[in-house]
Amino acid sequence: MPKDDLKRVAYYPGCALEGTGHSYNRSTKAVGKALGLELVELKNWNCCGAMEVKNVDPKIQTYLSARNLAIAEDMGFEKVMSPCNGCYHNLKKAEYDLSHDPASAEVNAQLSTKSGHATYQPGKVETIHALDWIKDAVGEEELAKRVKNSLKGIKVANYYGCMYTRPRHIFPEKDKGPGSESTLKPHFMDDLLAAAGAENVDFPLKTACCGGAHALSDSDTSTKLVLNILTTAEACGAEVIATECPTCHSGLEMHQVRAEKVLGRKTNVKILYFTQLLGMALGLSARKVGVHENFSDASSLLKEKGLG
Amino acid sequence: MPIHERSLIRPENLVTHENLVIDGVDVSGHWSTFITSRTVTDYNEAMEEEISALPGGEHINRCWQCGSCTNACTVNAINPEFNPRYWIYLIRLGMEEELLRDKEILWQCVSCNKCTYACPRDVVPEAVMKATAHWMELKGHTPKSPSTHFDESFTGSVIATGKIEEGQVMRSFFKKTGQPLNQPWLIALVRGLVLKFPITLLMRLGLSALIRPRTSGWGRTQAALNDYVSEVEARNSKALGLDGKGKH
Ligand code: SF4
Ligand code: SF4
Ligand code: SF4
Ligand code: SF4
Repeated sequence: MPKDDLKRVAYYPGCALEGTGHSYNRSTKAVGKALGLELVELKNWNCCGAMEVKNVDPKIQTYLSARNLAIAEDMGFEKVMSPCNGCYHNLKKAEYDLSHDPASAEVNAQLSTKSGHATYQPGKVETIHALDWIKDAVGEEELAKRVKNSLKGIKVANYYGCMYTRPRHIFPEKDKGPGSESTLKPHFMDDLLAAAGAENVDFPLKTACCGGAHALSDSDTSTKLVLNILTTAEACGAEVIATECPTCHSGLEMHQVRAEKVLGRKTNVKILYFTQLLGMALGLSARKVGVHENFSDASSLLKEKGLG
Repeated sequence: MPIHERSLIRPENLVTHENLVIDGVDVSGHWSTFITSRTVTDYNEAMEEEISALPGGEHINRCWQCGSCTNACTVNAINPEFNPRYWIYLIRLGMEEELLRDKEILWQCVSCNKCTYACPRDVVPEAVMKATAHWMELKGHTPKSPSTHFDESFTGSVIATGKIEEGQVMRSFFKKTGQPLNQPWLIALVRGLVLKFPITLLMRLGLSALIRPRTSGWGRTQAALNDYVSEVEARNSKALGLDGKGKH
């Protein structure tokens, strides 16, 4: 059932969407607009710490995330939407840690006071992913009605990566039976793309890791992991891997190139953000959703399928 | 005295006698391989306590050695030597020397949290891996890994400005690790970026070397975070008995 309070939510794009994830930012906004949803960007947000800051000290990461939640609260929002798995995961984790670990709450209070802003108290703001946002605010039924160019005939492997479902305890709303998201076999992206006409293939590596944490510091491991994801998607019959995170997306693109240059392994599967696919299904041009800005060039495939 | 099985059957601890007669029976040859008898005495009894005092190591004592973490592990699937269950076992026994045999690979954990998902005891093995890698560096057993350099470049950028700029973090990382920037795949990537990215974005990325994106009014937060990082460093050194000895 579509929820009205999701028609206008706070938006936390995160750093990656201002850099390599540019086309994800563009396509997320375009899809929201086409669906009559409003995004209000968090004022003066900061980086949530990604996967790196916690290795220096996890409580710094909790604070960095909580600062953004405090901003959302201050702006009067109960929901903040993030399209990046890293940001989504970190805000969720901060929410969990602040309500379960007194030491984290204490460090957050101390750093917030020293920084001169209100201390975020857990329970005030709920963090949602772009997938939750479209699924709950619009829903498959309504989405299907609005489709202008069906994605019919496009075979898609849906790739969710690690941080959308793990660790399970920070996602209390998942695994709650019918209608809720599954941490073992997530399906929200599958559902939305199916509503837009796409043909989802049965893909066993939905939540496999691309080695993003060591994309640069241990590139050989990352390249092996990515190559496994790409070749498995191909073996499952996919023409496109749909992504819902800028880090997963650029990890796949970057190591697709590296696998070719370093290991001589060429793969043909294209990588597109799910918002790019949805946007085109809603009648937006390929340009409008930034397909030309992707590294993995999908334009000829899209033309062949009558899109873009 | 626990039996430490794995090290006993390493090739260097196996003996095959060319000529051996026991009680008048000739047992020479390859079929009779013997294990060198040995007694383990070099336990580091402080190791578990030290690692559990570092952030992430808190719950190591809950482990009941079921092996679910290793079974689920992403890195184990491509390198069987990467074995979180085994390392937790060694840490809890205090088998420092045996643990250090794997010091070159332990930092390679990709933080996928498959182990955390699988662990029935909420050990959070992912965090234990980070704490252990950190312990090895603080103790001076290993130099800082490329991953630590990356974490530090990244965190430095966030603390300084409130945001990160990917180009800046990459440049700082490549500088710290001394990796060449002219690797063919990197060149292919950069060339691709230049061809594909809108010119305004490229200009912004280029300019960000000079004008870095920042969260405004970050100054007080920066100072607070720097103070906090110093506190954490002092606390970690103290837990490892390294205070007063200076940083390595
Ligand atoms: S996780 Fe990535 S995108 Fe999100 S704020 Fe941090 S660096 Fe930025
Ligand atoms: S799949 Fe890769 S980029 Fe995505 S969350 Fe996992 S490690 Fe990060
Ligand atoms: S988080 Fe590290 S130890 Fe755990 S499964 Fe992933 S790679 Fe293995
Ligand atoms: S899954 Fe948990 S309990 Fe089992 S061996 Fe690993 S850390 Fe220990």
